[in-house]
Amino acid sequence: MSVAIPPFQVFLQEHRDHVYRFLVASVGPQEAEDCFQETLISALRAYPRLRANSNLRGWVLTIAQRKAIDAGRSNSRRPTPLADPPERGVEANDAELDAELWTAVRELPPKQRAAVALRFINDLEHQEIGKVIGCSEQAARRNVHEGLETLREVWKQ
Amino acid sequence: MNDVERALKRAGSRTNGVPERATRRLVDSAADHGLLDVAYTSLDTPVGEVMVASTQRGLVRISFGASLYRDHFVEDLSWRVSPRILEAPSYFDCVRRELDEYFEGKRTEFELPLDWSLTGGFGRRVLKRTARIPYGETSTYREMATAAGNVRAVRAAGNALGANPLPLVVPCHRVLRTGGALGGYGGGPEVKEFLLKLEGAL
Repeated sequence: MSVAIPPFQVFLQEHRDHVYRFLVASVGPQEAEDCFQETLISALRAYPRLRANSNLRGWVLTIAQRKAIDAGRSNSRRPTPLADPPERGVEANDAELDAELWTAVRELPPKQRAAVALRFINDLEHQEIGKVIGCSEQAARRNVHEGLETLREVWKQ
Repeated sequence: MNDVERALKRAGSRTNGVPERATRRLVDSAADHGLLDVAYTSLDTPVGEVMVASTQRGLVRISFGASLYRDHFVEDLSWRVSPRILEAPSYFDCVRRELDEYFEGKRTEFELPLDWSLTGGFGRRVLKRTARIPYGETSTYREMATAAGNVRAVRAAGNALGANPLPLVVPCHRVLRTGGALGGYGGGPEVKEFLLKLEGAL
């Protein structure tokens, strides 16, 4: 018997947190949930046609990356939503710092933004990053590097 | 690794995974889009935890021994019905209610729509005939084989009943050996005996 793709429930359990964290970094916590739904519905639609030996993580992150770009486009036509109220207590500082960082990440050009998120949030190697965002390994490395340069400038301030 | 990289890693690790409500919303959304081919959950019953699965047509699979066979149950349905399978406990209120009523002795017939797609040919004929054996009565493998059109296929009828994808609801526990011995049962002979006593057939 040939190897089958895993049941969607198993696929979901394995990759949902990866997808969600990538989206929080790419589009922010407010948009992440809608993007998550759209990503997984698209994945579910295409799922039975997948080949059994597909790289499922790369595949679903590719979908998520496209949804993030779409969300970014439609968002730029809307007024910026208000940020979440800061959380209480000791965590507030961390949460605020993270929020600032995500904001800086989201202001990067789409490919750099995705490359940085995939590298540091999802722990992907440059080769796989290239596959997800549709470029060579070298270009992926360059996107990560340039994204970090910009973030470093912002971070210093 | 510099400050920004460390900050990114830290922020990533502090980001929570997907909230539970998002997973529930996904199941509803999948159903609304017609993409939830198989829903499943586990249910507690007096004969132990059972796994149940439904398609858009109806109940497609019931299986005893949930804790032991959960993964196998899901993989089998993914392979034989569709890989678009999700855990969806809230979609089984009717099944839960009818099974509860049955085990309380208040229900003698199930009204749940059934999906017969895991059966075929002679086996399906045997099982459809079995579905008509009334509550509290019993039949034999030989009678089922005869009713399904082949008097000599007693062993094949036994195999079909042994492979019943919908035990309890398609009451294969009401089929006994000629001569009255209980015969085998997927959930174990003690479950077969329990069900027949519940129905007053023993």
